[in-house]
Amino acid sequence: MTIGVVVFPGSNCDRDVRWATEGKLGFPTKFLWHESRDLSGLDAIVLPGGFSYGDYLRCGAIARFAPVLQSLIDFVDKGGKVLGICNGFQVLTELGLLPGALTRNADLRFICQSVSLQVASNRTTWLSDHKRGDLLTLPIAHGEGRYQCSDDTLHKLEDHDSIALKYKNNPNGSLADIAGITNTKGNVLGLMPHPERACDQLTGGIDGQGILQALIST
Amino acid sequence: MPKFHARVLVSFRPSVLDPAGEATRSAAARLGIDGIEKLRIGKAVELQLDAPNELEARRRVEMLSDRLLANPVIEDWNMDLTPLSSSDNP
Repeated sequence: MTIGVVVFPGSNCDRDVRWATEGKLGFPTKFLWHESRDLSGLDAIVLPGGFSYGDYLRCGAIARFAPVLQSLIDFVDKGGKVLGICNGFQVLTELGLLPGALTRNADLRFICQSVSLQVASNRTTWLSDHKRGDLLTLPIAHGEGRYQCSDDTLHKLEDHDSIALKYKNNPNGSLADIAGITNTKGNVLGLMPHPERACDQLTGGIDGQGILQALIST
Repeated sequence: MPKFHARVLVSFRPSVLDPAGEATRSAAARLGIDGIEKLRIGKAVELQLDAPNELEARRRVEMLSDRLLANPVIEDWNMDLTPLSSSDNP
């Protein structure tokens, strides 16, 4: 089982993800340069946090055209697991693999703190070890994390039980307190909080381990 | 090949909160300028392109705007397209 971590120019959480998946959880992990198209031999892919391509135009807007992401669409179609964290979540929405968009925090501040999150759905393998309503503490670090979508999309997310995580005390003005969503099939999860930064008691907790463990669960 | 100039204005959809616009509006009040009821911040993208004719130029800029310059989930856009010099027109 091997995990691929995509590295865009401007990614800055790629090494943190590998530290967590390989260093803490023991899964072989390799970096995938954004120009690579070859995803063979990979069982799961992580789009890490950071500022891909400087986040010019909009967060994730330019990353969307990276060669590696054209291969990612096939990978997802075939059922491969993809986790988008923070900027990775923004890229997944720009790419259309997840609905909605992430916009400027309502209070305009970059927020860097630990937040309490509620498991809103345990339908997918990402959170199947939890009960609905379980609380997780994970760090967030973003200026543009306010989830937005149309009423119609929100109803679809609710109908398909695709809202994975909700903020307990909404820090950024996200619609319906949304912190993370999955696609209908459940193999793609995007979330603003950083599970890779919560994988060791020394750095504030291990609530992020479950989501990263799920990269290799079927 | 004829040259065209395009200006694409990208703005938030009316339903999307624009916190930066709101902050700017309150700064305008602090400057002593009253009466600004609404202030929304967008982006202006200026570009020059070569295309066989105006219809084709328009088609290309529309595609660019739909697929790259604006995110239709949160943004609307509109454009002005002008031929750069009449002698370049067919």
